[in-house]
Amino acid sequence: MGRRKSTNEWKRHGVQALWALLTNSYLIGFVQGRIYKGKLKNLCVPGLNCYSCPGALGACPIGAMQAVIGNWNFKFAFYVAGFLMFVGALMGRFVCGWLCPFGLIQDLLNKIPFPKKIDTFKGDKLLRKLKYVIFAVFVILLPLVLVDVLGQGAPYFCKLICPAGTLEGGIPLVLLNNSMRNALGVLYAWKNVLLLITVILSILIYRPFCKYICPLGAVYSVFNPLSVFRYRVDKEKCTNCGACAKACKMQVDPVENANHPECIRCGACKKACPVKAISN
Amino acid sequence: MKKFVRAPRSGIGLAVIGLVMMGFGIFRGEVPVVLEKAINICMECIGIG
Repeated sequence: MGRRKSTNEWKRHGVQALWALLTNSYLIGFVQGRIYKGKLKNLCVPGLNCYSCPGALGACPIGAMQAVIGNWNFKFAFYVAGFLMFVGALMGRFVCGWLCPFGLIQDLLNKIPFPKKIDTFKGDKLLRKLKYVIFAVFVILLPLVLVDVLGQGAPYFCKLICPAGTLEGGIPLVLLNNSMRNALGVLYAWKNVLLLITVILSILIYRPFCKYICPLGAVYSVFNPLSVFRYRVDKEKCTNCGACAKACKMQVDPVENANHPECIRCGACKKACPVKAISN
Repeated sequence: MKKFVRAPRSGIGLAVIGLVMMGFGIFRGEVPVVLEKAINICMECIGIG
């Protein structure tokens, strides 16, 4: 703990912020308490970005996938699955590191000083498998199987788990709409508790939601070893000093596996390498 | 150009399959479902529904 070599990440945070602003630029929505209803919402954004965020211009791929799977007419989401495959095959988890607004929020929260930050713990590796279970159960199975009388399934991940929806959509819309405030109940309280836990954990642990919960990260992680954009380690230059592994906040050792499913392509390892052995 | 040549074929192949799947999804009318969900406030998503 505390061994990590610090690297300047503000350039990446600038790109993350710019992308978040670009994809959430319906600013009038934040003033009037409504959401964008234009045709851009036919398109998915690559990161986890609630489409009920007042500023959102695109559709969240995880929400969109549940909507199509839960539709009595379809039961499989070729459009969204194809989009995720296309983006994943090109970039892998580069999206997590550079293009996800909820990733940026966790990055910034982790910068809040705390005496004892947690790099890893017993069961960390096993817990990282949880995101695959969440994807399979809450994004695919439940919307497919648990349907109403019309055969429509609910977006169970969004409904029961997603703290991004609460932060980006729930809180601003509830603050700006009287009618919504009157409709609050146990579910809203539950989702705010989950958000609070995520915020607190994000201060202690680097990107806990991405590591353990995010179904989008789970999908992109599968493509990481195959994606067009990837990292390469020049074994002839590498001195095995371990600086790259120490710099990685996702606890990946690039020398062992430069395209590990947990790598979010943040570039910290590249910057930390004293002999510039890591390239993309 | 060098980087493109070194890109794994598997990644390019999967990207092409992804595009084909997107095309099929568009063809069978999935996009209006996405749009309808995205342009209406998702009460479940924000914790009210």
